[in-house]
Order: sequence, then structure tokens, then C-alpha cells
Amino acid sequence: MNLALDIFTVSAVSAGAFFFLAGTVGLLRFPDSLTRLHALTKVDNLGLGLVVLGLLPQANGLFSALKLVSIWLLVQLSGAIVTQLIAGVVRQHGSHE
Amino acid sequence: MTILSVFDMGLVVLILGIGASTIAVRQAFAAVIGFVVYGLLLSIAWVRLSAVDVALTEAAIGGGMTGMLMLGAVARLRFVKGNDTRASLPVRFAAGVLCALVAAGLATAVISPPEAIPTLAPMVMENLAQSGLGNPVAGVLFVYRALDTLLEKVVLILALLGVWSLAPDSVWGGIPGLRLYAQSNSTLTFLAQLLPPVGIVVAIYMCWVGAKEPGGAFQGGTILAAMWLLVMIAGLKSVPSISQPWLRLLLVVGPVIFLAIGLAGMVLANAFLAYPPGYAKPLIIAVEVALTLSIGVALGLLATGPPERVQQQ
Repeated sequence: MNLALDIFTVSAVSAGAFFFLAGTVGLLRFPDSLTRLHALTKVDNLGLGLVVLGLLPQANGLFSALKLVSIWLLVQLSGAIVTQLIAGVVRQHGSHE
Repeated sequence: MTILSVFDMGLVVLILGIGASTIAVRQAFAAVIGFVVYGLLLSIAWVRLSAVDVALTEAAIGGGMTGMLMLGAVARLRFVKGNDTRASLPVRFAAGVLCALVAAGLATAVISPPEAIPTLAPMVMENLAQSGLGNPVAGVLFVYRALDTLLEKVVLILALLGVWSLAPDSVWGGIPGLRLYAQSNSTLTFLAQLLPPVGIVVAIYMCWVGAKEPGGAFQGGTILAAMWLLVMIAGLKSVPSISQPWLRLLLVVGPVIFLAIGLAGMVLANAFLAYPPGYAKPLIIAVEVALTLSIGVALGLLATGPPERVQQQ
């Protein structure tokens, strides 16, 4: 049982790390601000979500697990809002490149 | 070589790289963003050193609050036109030499520590139980080094007075600016409605848990300040004028209660800032709660800047 949980953790966190890598590549390679924002939000949602999902079985009790999930929710909220704000500015004033 | 040491080395390389790029970059805005990232990476380094209290403070104050203050300064600089702020070559050279000297001194101290490192940590751990606190950092801050902690909070108020004194006489006691950030739109309003309840709960938790585990007044106060700023920037609440009595009361309530308990200690426990036996923990928690409020208000007002317009009657 423990081994199964550990395997689950390792694979989920690795998948999360892969999405972070993909998002970083997107951030560096995508041509303009809006597409780069798109790459970033995917990382926030999916990459961090998978990392948190993988860490849940290792959490120290229900309370810690809830804290992990709320961290993910808060990051999602702030990520989504900040992306909207930056995208709004880009649409108004254009990107600086 | 374990995975952890590889991680640590990667972290150190990242911190050095970000630090160097913060100095090398030409635009002030990019430098500030670099500084914020530097603070966040540094707080991960503190976690790796098992100093979670310091990590929380670094993330809240070093990265977050200082970063916001500097962003405000950068935005203000943009309004100052026709003013080349570049320092002359000798000044920059002198600054570089002084910084290098400080860095070299710190490096020598870190690289060649004394044979037996002088430490009071075992004594702290032995006597911590008397205070009723579980977090040794809170014990040191509020029991053994209470005077330092008290002065720290007073310094915060002095800093705020410094910011306020930048106001011209005509608007003294008026309403701080914040126009720099004020571009409220529906997305920001949504965040300012959704986040503060969560943030206030987290701030109270931080303050409460500080007696037992990492956390405390400064971390909680910073979160309170952030929530207050968010609400003000989104325009849900107007910025209060700095002559409001409640505002000034909140600013000083923490240091005043701390000082009052300290003075009472002279009578009840025979020393300034000593606690009567058995009452240490409740008194410390009372001080922490009051300090959290004061720190929150002080940091929020620091970020809003000096008064810029007079209150309309």
C-alpha cells in the first residue's frame, strides 16, 4: 500500500514537473505576451495541481492535505486574476517589444 | 552526492544569478522584479536551513512588502521628468567599493567561523517551558530579547513618520496618494472581494500559531496590510486621511501595550519587560495580537505613501 502511494506520488509530481518545464519553454519561446501568459497559466493550474495531487498521500493528516489543496486554489485564483490584469494592460497599451 | 545537495547547489546558483542580474539590469522596474524573485528564492534557502520563521518573514517583508514599496518608488520616479537620476562615476565607484567591503567582511565571517560557535540556544531550549511558548523563536523575540522586538516596532512607526514628512505643509494630515496603482477594474474588484476574508483568516492563524510554531506578528501583520491595500487599490474602500484618530490609535496600540506590560514588569517581576511568573504566555499573546494590528496598519500606510490631497469636508 505504502509502495503504491509512493509510486503515485513520484509519478504525479514528475508529471507536474514536466508541465512546469513545458510552461517555462513556452514562456521563453512563445512570440508575444498573450501567448506567454497562456503558457504560464497552464503551468499554474496543471503543473501545481499535479504536484499537490502527488503530495496529498504524503500529507500529515487531513488538515495538512486541506492546506495543500487551499494553496493550489489560492495560486489558481491569483494566477488567473494577475493574468487577466496583465492581458488587459497589453490590450490597452500594446506590448513593449 | 544526494538529490538534496544538488537542489541546494542549484538554489545557490539561482540566488547568485538573480542577485547579479538585479544589479546588472538597466531598468529600475526590472531590477525590482528581480529583487522580489531574489527574496522568494532566499526564503526557500531559509527553509532549507530549517529557519522557517525567517523564511516566512523574508517572503512577507523582504520579497513582498519591500518589493511593493520599491515598485511604488519606481512608479513615482516616472512622474519626475527631466531629472537624470544616474549618479556620477565617482559616486557609483565609491558605492561599489563600500558594497564589496561589506560583502567581503560578511564572507570572512561566514567562511571562517570560530572553533566553538558561541551560542545560547541550549539555554533557550532548557528554559523555554517556563514561558509556556512552544516556538523557540517567539521565546527569544518576546522573552529574552524583548527590548529588541519592542524597538523594532517603534522603528516601523519612525519609518512611517519619515514617509509622512515628505508631504508638503498644505496637505499634512491629508489622504495618501495611491493614484499610482488606482486603475480599478472589475477583475481587481472581484479579487478584492474574494481574497480578504481568506487573507484575514490566514493572518489571524499566523499570529495565533506564532506562539507554538513558525509564524507571528510580523508575518500576520504583513498579510493584513496586503489585504487592506488590495481593498484600497480596488477602490472598495477609500484611503483614510492620516489625521484620523482611529488610524493613529491602531498604529501605536501594539508598541503602547508592549511598553505598558514592560513597565508593569518593573513592579510585578522586578525587571523592565519581564513577565510575572505564570502569566508569560497570555501576556505575550496579547502583545502579539496588538502588534499584528499595528504592523498591519503601519505597513499598509507605508505602501500608500505620503499624504497628497486634503480631505474634502
